[in-house]
Formats: sequence, structure tokens, C-alpha cells
Amino acid sequence: MSTSACDLDRPYRLGPQVSVRPEPFGALVYDFDSRRLSFLKSRTLLDVVRGLETSESAREACRAAGVPAVEVPAYAAALDRLAATRLIVPREVAA
Amino acid sequence: MSALAPAAGRLVEQFERGLDAPICLTWELTYACNLACVHCLSSSGRRDPRELSTAECKAVIDELERMQVFYVNVGGGEPTVRRDFWELLDYAVAHRVGVKFSTNGSRITPVTARRIAATDYVDVQVSLDGATATVNDAVRGPGSYETALTALRHLADAGMRDVKLSVVFTRANAGQLDAFKTLADAYGAQLRLTRLRPSGRGADVWDELHPTAEQQRMLHGWLLEHGERVLTGDSFFHLAAYGEALPGLNLCGAGRVVCLIDPVGDVYACPFAIHDQFLAGNVRGAGGFRAVWRDSPLFAQLRGPQSGGACSACGHFDSCRGGCMAAKFFTGLPLDGPDPECALGHGETLLAARDLTVTPPKPSADHSRRRPRRRRPDRACDEDPIAAFLRDEAAAR
Repeated sequence: MSTSACDLDRPYRLGPQVSVRPEPFGALVYDFDSRRLSFLKSRTLLDVVRGLETSESAREACRAAGVPAVEVPAYAAALDRLAATRLIVPREVAA
Repeated sequence: MSALAPAAGRLVEQFERGLDAPICLTWELTYACNLACVHCLSSSGRRDPRELSTAECKAVIDELERMQVFYVNVGGGEPTVRRDFWELLDYAVAHRVGVKFSTNGSRITPVTARRIAATDYVDVQVSLDGATATVNDAVRGPGSYETALTALRHLADAGMRDVKLSVVFTRANAGQLDAFKTLADAYGAQLRLTRLRPSGRGADVWDELHPTAEQQRMLHGWLLEHGERVLTGDSFFHLAAYGEALPGLNLCGAGRVVCLIDPVGDVYACPFAIHDQFLAGNVRGAGGFRAVWRDSPLFAQLRGPQSGGACSACGHFDSCRGGCMAAKFFTGLPLDGPDPECALGHGETLLAARDLTVTPPKPSADHSRRRPRRRRPDRACDEDPIAAFLRDEAAAR
């Protein structure tokens, strides 16, 4: 099954109990709910994740962070894993 | 490109060069303890009069919040004997610094258990070193098995899920792994196994209590079988040389991703290395904890390139990285050589060849209670209650 956890055309935000700490290699991500530590392995991915809250869609957050079109699939895969572990969650947009 | 992945390859190298703040910080709140476990790695017992005050502890928590340290492992001594323990716990949680605290369970009553269960961001580890009272109490003292189990029951009754049942793996309890797992399951707890270190009083009992080579091998297989359901705090990364790494970062994090703040505010490279050689500074100094973490020359050195020494030629060096610095140090082995419990047996060879006239280094701080001693009168007449007073008077004159 190839259903992906993250739909690039939808808006997202950080999970409610998730904290992000920038580091030279990218960032540490801690989920206070599951007590799990994860890693963002590039500063650009950190920028994408930070931009989710203010972007209309995940795709838009990638664009705003300067992700080149050819690399979008790699970032989509990363966002997919973040969504699968609920480190990022879909954001409801006011109608 | 893997933008998000468990630590591996290049990421581990990043960690070896150090982070802006620790991933995992151990904070021993007090050296006071109502038990006297034979293997206590901080040689705890008596409170140190220089212990950080409540206000100083809160200032450290403020700093940890600013540095975004997600959680601290609080221990001791027995941290709950501090009168301000619950106050500090609430303060940390309110400042979004999660707390995992280790306890012998003696202060976990139905009331405190409910309090813990009602607080987010708090985890509890109850220490137990035998799945039976006989094995446990020989190490932790008479009655400590009952105390720990009673605490686990109170926590379970309060609805606390995933309490950690924290076990130091020893020669005496190596045969009880399945029994520990059963015990943990019975209380809805999660089993956590850690390594016996020759640190603190652990140095005195290490020879007789550290697991045999066969027991280590068995442990490695058992841990692989149970995967991430059994926690190890990255304790056994030296066993990766058996061929398969255990879940975790698998590196020595000392001064790179972990460190210890001791009860008087001294910052050591790791909780197992309470010795001047690994002392990086004190949180009471200018710049506080942050300055120690970022600027101490000792930490800079630990984050620099390390020599594998005698291990460089070994084909397994990339997986075990030479093992635990503290284990080598306190058994008197060179830091750039094999771990005393090297999976390939190189440590045993070195231990056997040690110069027995040279004593391995002793910890810098020893707060063990002096043996309970019946005061014997110097002279029969000293039993007179005013005898000492008269003697003092004489000395003052």
C-alpha cells in the first residue's frame, strides 16, 4: 500500500506536544507524549518544518524554505515519516 | 537522501563533535540516601552541606529551559528525600523540562503516586536489582525489595503507565531476565536494564558482581530479542562488537550529548565519572551551566578526535568505539584501549596483566555513611554526661 501520511497539498503544524531544538546538523525533535526523540537531518528540513504553521500547504512550506523542485520528493518522504509518527499533524484552516 | 532517520552514519559523527545542549542530562539532586547499595555509583549516603539550594536548582531549571533540554534524569542519592523535591518537580514541568526520576520507592505512597500520575512530563524509575528478595536485598539492603514492589503497586493503582523498573545487570541477577520482564509486565511497567559500572562504591564490588563473558553474550541475545520494548539507556553499546548493535545511539556520549550535574553543582562528563579528571566546572560559576557545557576545555577535548589506541587495529572498533570511558578509568585501564568487558575478551587480558601494586583511581566525592558505630567511652568515667563538657572546658582554657 502506498498511502502516504502527509498530503503535500494540505496545511500542517507541529504536534501539540512536540518540541524542536535547532542544532548544527538540523534539529532534535522531542515528543513529550510518546517520549521519543527524532532527528531532522538538515537545516533546510528544519526550515520546512518551522514554516508549516504559516504556509498554506506542506508544498508551500518547501518552496518557502528554498527546496529545489528536484528535491521535493525527498522532503515529501521526510514529512511523510514525521506525519506517520504524528510529529506533524494536519492543520484545520478557517473557512 | 534520508532527511529524517534514526541516528546512524554521519549523524553519530555530529554527535561526537558535541551539541549545543545535552540530549540527556543526569542531575543528582542530593547525595543523601536512606539506603546504602553496595554498588552505588555516586557513593551516596550523607547529604553534602554545600548542596544546591532550592533557588539555585530553579535557576538551573531556567537555564535548561532556555537551552531546550527536553528532559532531565533526576537521581541521587535518593532525590525524594530532599524537602523541596516535589516543588522542584512541579517547577521543572511548568518550565517544560520533563523529569525522569529514579527512586528506591521508599517515599512513593498512595498520595505521592497519585500526584505523579496526575503530572504530565514525569516518568519514574524504580530501582530493583534482583527479581527475588534474596538477590535484591544482598545488593540494596534488607527490606528494599518489598519497598520497591510496594512503590510499583502504588504507582499502578494510581493509574501510572509505563513506570520503568530499573535493573542493574549483575552476575547475581543475570539468570533472572525473564523474571524481571514478568515482574515489570505485572505492574504495567517497562523493564530497563543498565550496566554495572566500577564507579563509586561499584568499584569495590565490581570484581565479584560484573557479569561473566557468557552472561554478557546471553544478555546481548536477550536484548536483541526484546528490541525497543526493553530500555537500556544506551548502556551496553560496547556489546555491538558481538556483531549486531542494540537500539540506541551507540556511542560514548560523555561531554558530547550527556553530562552530570552533581548535588553541589559540579558538572562531570558523565554520571559514571565522578572524578576530578572529568570535572568540567560548576553551575555556580560565571555563565552557569551553559558556559560549562559550551566552553569547558575538558568537553572541547572530549568532542575532538579520539585515539582508538590499542583498539584501532580491531575490526570491531567502528561498532563499539572502545566502550565506556568510566569503566576503563576506574578499573585502571588506559582510556585509549579496550573496555574491561570488551566483547572479544581483550579487556580481560588487560585486567589480568594489570600492575596490582598500582591502585585504580578512586572517585573524588565519597558520601558513604560511616559504618554505624557504637560510641565507646574513651574511659569509663566519660559516660558521665558532663565529662565531655568538662573536657571541652579544659581544652578552651
